[in-house]
Amino acid sequence: MAMASAPTTSPRVARWQDFVQLLKPRVMSLVVFTALTGLVCAGQPMNWVLGAVAVLCIAVGAGASGALNMWYDADIDAKMRRTRGRPVPAGKVQGADALALGVVLSMFSVMLMGVATNWFAAGLLAFTILFYAIVYTMWLKRWTAQNIVIGGLAGALPPVIGWAAVTGTAPLNAWLLCAIIFMWTPPHFWALSLYTSEDYAKAGVPMMPVVKGASSTRKQILAYSLALIPVCVAPAFTGLGGVTYLAVSAIGGLVFLLLAWRLFRSHAGEAADPRNDDGLYDVRAGARDARNLFAFSILYLALLFATLLGEHLLGAHPLEVF
Amino acid sequence: MSNPLGEDPEAAKARRGRNIAIAIGLLAFVVLVYVVSIARMGANVLDRPL
Repeated sequence: MAMASAPTTSPRVARWQDFVQLLKPRVMSLVVFTALTGLVCAGQPMNWVLGAVAVLCIAVGAGASGALNMWYDADIDAKMRRTRGRPVPAGKVQGADALALGVVLSMFSVMLMGVATNWFAAGLLAFTILFYAIVYTMWLKRWTAQNIVIGGLAGALPPVIGWAAVTGTAPLNAWLLCAIIFMWTPPHFWALSLYTSEDYAKAGVPMMPVVKGASSTRKQILAYSLALIPVCVAPAFTGLGGVTYLAVSAIGGLVFLLLAWRLFRSHAGEAADPRNDDGLYDVRAGARDARNLFAFSILYLALLFATLLGEHLLGAHPLEVF
Repeated sequence: MSNPLGEDPEAAKARRGRNIAIAIGLLAFVVLVYVVSIARMGANVLDRPL
């Protein structure tokens, strides 16, 4: 198995804040946002306490899979500038403790989800945790350049879990929310990896720019962006989104495409970083277009889900097309 | 405070912080299960033969 003994630097005493870092709080906040959108868009009344507990369970489940990821990936995390400060490679937390935290929180979150809502939602949550920890972290990440494409499913499922928590089902519109995040993931991460590929190469992670080169990656980013925009606009025609959503998804989609086109025409990812150990996210001249797409992709996804959330909370009527 | 494990003050402080965090986590879980039980039962909790 690829998991290696965690390289420990000077061991120090773990504080409770180090265990919080294992849960990847920033990822948790994104998961809370998308899960809440799925929960609200389900459109059925739900006890607000149970709704809050459902979102909490999804957040804790995401945190648990983050801890399992940090336990298993400690060896490669130690080699990358972006991740070498994480608690396990930095020697703040023992790998076994990270594993224990991940397993315990996984079980608690899934069981509480089942008791508070329904076992279909709990099953989806368990699948998501296992998919991220086992399929993505232990298998895909070190094996194939398609790692984040397939592994992106784990990050795309929270709105479906939120929807299932309310209704006990996962209809087409729930999967549409999942599809948006799933199709958004490759251009988002590949844009980032175009200007961090040296780090991934150093760690032996087969990210697309490392395996296929920058030119092929830019081409695939454009292809995924072309496929992404119709998926993002689709909720406006399935009764999920309203006029505002249609405008936001269409205009934002055009900007996304424009940035993807500029990136395609650029030389991003080809220039070597002369400063080597300087800040990871410093923008090299050729990588400015990659940085622009990466930054806008975050804004676009946030706008899409915020608009859906706002429309449903304010009771805006969906477009009556069909 | 006595320090039976002979830890340095920083380690003892970190251990105390972890213990408090675990206590708060467990207490929060117990409260959550109680609140979820009440919410799930809802008004039905009063609908029983006397």
